[in-house]
Amino acid sequence: MDLKDLYRDVILDHNKRPRNFGKLEPCDSSADGNNPLCGDRLTITLRFDGERIDDIRFEGKGCAISTASASLMTEAVKGLDRKAVENLHAQVHHTLTDHGGALPPAELGKLAALAGVREYPARVKCASLCWHTLEAALAHFGTQGAAATTASVSTE
Amino acid sequence: MSTPGYDVARVRADFPILATTVRGKRLAFLDTAASAQRPQAVIDAVVAYERTSHANVHRGVYELSQKATDAFEGARERVRKFLNAASTREIVFTRGTTESINLVAQSWGRRLGPGDEILITWMEHHANIVPWQMLCERSGATLRVAPIDLRGELDVAAFESLLSPRTKLAAFTQISNSLGTVLPVQRLIAAAKRVGVLTLIDGAQAVAHQRIDVRALDCDFYVFSSHKLYGPTGLGVLYAREAVLADMPPWQGGGDMIRTVAFTGSTWAELPYRFEAGTPHIAGAVGLARAIDYLESLGIEAVHAHEQRLLARATHALRAVPGLRIVGEAAHKAGVISFVLDDVHPHDLGTILDAEGVAVRTGHHCAMPVMDFFDVPATARASFGCYSDDADIDQLVAALGHAREVFG
Repeated sequence: MDLKDLYRDVILDHNKRPRNFGKLEPCDSSADGNNPLCGDRLTITLRFDGERIDDIRFEGKGCAISTASASLMTEAVKGLDRKAVENLHAQVHHTLTDHGGALPPAELGKLAALAGVREYPARVKCASLCWHTLEAALAHFGTQGAAATTASVSTE
Repeated sequence: MSTPGYDVARVRADFPILATTVRGKRLAFLDTAASAQRPQAVIDAVVAYERTSHANVHRGVYELSQKATDAFEGARERVRKFLNAASTREIVFTRGTTESINLVAQSWGRRLGPGDEILITWMEHHANIVPWQMLCERSGATLRVAPIDLRGELDVAAFESLLSPRTKLAAFTQISNSLGTVLPVQRLIAAAKRVGVLTLIDGAQAVAHQRIDVRALDCDFYVFSSHKLYGPTGLGVLYAREAVLADMPPWQGGGDMIRTVAFTGSTWAELPYRFEAGTPHIAGAVGLARAIDYLESLGIEAVHAHEQRLLARATHALRAVPGLRIVGEAAHKAGVISFVLDDVHPHDLGTILDAEGVAVRTGHHCAMPVMDFFDVPATARASFGCYSDDADIDQLVAALGHAREVFG
């Protein structure tokens, strides 16, 4: 196990210069995610174009894995609808937890950089917090008064 | 360098786990505050009990049951002597510090009502916060919290001013698990006594590092866990002054805690058995007794001096690491150092240190209010025990340099 497998250049870069960092105001839906065990917190704001994610931002405090994962996720999900996000999330989840050592599928693109996390079970939750938060924001969208309230999700 | 008169190499040889490697690297175990390692003597005592002496206690008339009962009650007497309690009637075995505190909150706490207050400090472990919050919720009592300052010292004057005729219990830690602060417990207990307030001392972080004398302290409750004292997990102790314990109702019902059971009503066993429902952790108690023997064979004062030297050395070395900030700089500290490194989240730090064989705790240390107070999401924490040595500290400092390289 080499640390460079976990802290790949892409991860370090997205940690240092997170993309889509900040808040969309106004937004169509938002969610707070936190992992009380490690103190990671993030907020995701979304704007929709019909059923598709038109724009997404995140902000918060977390470790390098959690920050980079959120940054990479925001780049990957723009233009996707809920079903496509769910599919992508399932693939990311598989890549984070698969111990068979299979290569991540090509459609993951830059998200494949997170594959090193699978060797560090204690860190899987760092990488997946943003995805759970995004799912909560998607589920929140379309509910009564979604734009004015914030969903929340907690993982441990 | 070494601590004069303290042969740490010999002590290390008593702990088989220290000879294991982590990914080919020497193990630098710096998480004793979370759980201490076991010396061979404790492992042997537990195995010998299981192999030759196990049966249920306080039950059979056959020889094996008598042997197990003798071993278990012998352990209780060993704990009594260790704490200098007046009687074994004051020593209740529990599952750990957390259960000891919950026992007091559930049983003694039944007398509380609206208008009553419990006083704790800002630097308590969650185990000494949440049971009181739950008690306040169901009784209508109020929880008061004495503040701390930015060095991690308790504001003693504020603590004293929060004591009032409404206060029924002051519960505080002897040593902060997240900051390492040693609290002036003698003074706090005396202040509580002056206004007739009972005291509970959380000794989880203290028992393995300084001599405890509950009669000299004059506290009403003292709680600790075996596994922080080089003994097995799953076992803890509640010391309670007999006059206080005698006046407390049972909290868990079952076997061993009764004198008679009939459908018209049951009567309770003598102290301390009234508070020990069910079959106890007999092997754990045997292991704890052996762990106390072991610690006393090293000399608690000698271990204390050794850990204080390591604390000074590590504090000096860590202050020299660029971008490192120590969280908690009280005048009197135990062998616990919490710290954060600029631009490197404690969890990333924990993973990188692990790759270098260095085991430190990262997170909120079950002390979220402390993290909030210092405005950090988490810290890394290095803590020392009787077997810690200079090489552990050197390995930590070198690994911190490596973390700096990874995160550029």
